[in-house]
Amino acid sequence: MPPPLHIRTYHELTEADRSGLPDQIGAQRRRVAERLAGVKRIVAVMSGKGGVGKSYVTAHVARALARTGRAVGVLDADLNGPTIPRLLSLPALQIRDPEGAVTPAVSAEGVRCISMALLLEDGAPLEFKGPSTESFVWRGAMEAAALREFLGDVAWGTLDILLLDLPPGMQRYLELCDILGSAPDVLTVTIPTPESRDAVRRAMRAALERGSHLVGIVENMVGQEFSGTAAADLSREFDTPVLARIPWHPTPDTWSALGSRL
Amino acid sequence: MKFLCVDCDRQMTFEERALPGDGTLAATFKCPKCGRVMALLTNPMETQLVSSLGVEIGGRTVPAQPLETVRKMVTTGRDDAFEETAGRPDGPTAPFWSSEAQERLGRVPNFVRGMVKRIYVDYARERGISEITPAIMDSARSELGLEGM
Repeated sequence: MPPPLHIRTYHELTEADRSGLPDQIGAQRRRVAERLAGVKRIVAVMSGKGGVGKSYVTAHVARALARTGRAVGVLDADLNGPTIPRLLSLPALQIRDPEGAVTPAVSAEGVRCISMALLLEDGAPLEFKGPSTESFVWRGAMEAAALREFLGDVAWGTLDILLLDLPPGMQRYLELCDILGSAPDVLTVTIPTPESRDAVRRAMRAALERGSHLVGIVENMVGQEFSGTAAADLSREFDTPVLARIPWHPTPDTWSALGSRL
Repeated sequence: MKFLCVDCDRQMTFEERALPGDGTLAATFKCPKCGRVMALLTNPMETQLVSSLGVEIGGRTVPAQPLETVRKMVTTGRDDAFEETAGRPDGPTAPFWSSEAQERLGRVPNFVRGMVKRIYVDYARERGISEITPAIMDSARSELGLEGM
């Protein structure tokens, strides 16, 4: 039997590494931090539940804030189902591509926006180059890279607030925490039903565990078909305010009032 | 990931990277003591994982470009998503593009063309090259390890 190998371990090898992968990752993080240096506040709009109107709330709050003179940005982090450009009534446009950072699209109210919808062919799904089999292994990492580039490669400039419209579930929120290096403030959106409450509860708990400040809860689609007390229940449980209860046909004042409470 | 020459007990150093174009990657490492060379070969899935991190084995050869991963890796991008610009305005020091080079650049999807053009222009400027030709583009691709450009 050959004698066992006695080799040094990974951490015992300290010679310079030309690939410098940790340094490359560090440079990516610095790029994001530098790009967001002029952003006073980052708020992730999230929910553990799909179809509750996160994007709808995000877009209307952004417009309301912009109308009051605040500098507002929206990053549409729903890479596979982006809807923010339509909700902001952004014209079909080309993204300017100067050196260093791309220029965000700007709505009539002045909301700066980046979204995968601005980059994809009409109606086309988000598809990446790569091996067709077992794409689940790398696709998540590719989407995280896209999110990182949306944060770090867009000339956001000086903003009072950057709203991030997250897709359902927690994955994008966790990626966001890793990329930012800290947990962002979280605005939670729910509908009144107990089913939504239960799903949103998990998301809020996860956000709290990661260190996010829960800004408040927005209850959307109040009245008519949906009944329940999701927002009130979650407010008691997490000791965070219900910022708005949005009816099916909100008025501009509804959004202004919500914006003023953020 | 590091490589150790067990006989010499020395960390091997990165030598060269090659992208054969079939989704795989080859990188060679050399023992600084005995000169032994070994190759790391990754399958398409492993190569993709590295790409998805936005890092390059062997270190970056060109500065990170805006939305680089999105533009290099998204296959369903709108052809007119980006205004076609060369980055900084073409000034008196901007290299001239031969008609053959322009034709070749024109075959690059517009989704990524501005970024690719900027890389070639920077390559030429840094080397004092006044005219970009297909041969210069080949040199840049080889020297900088540009995949799919």
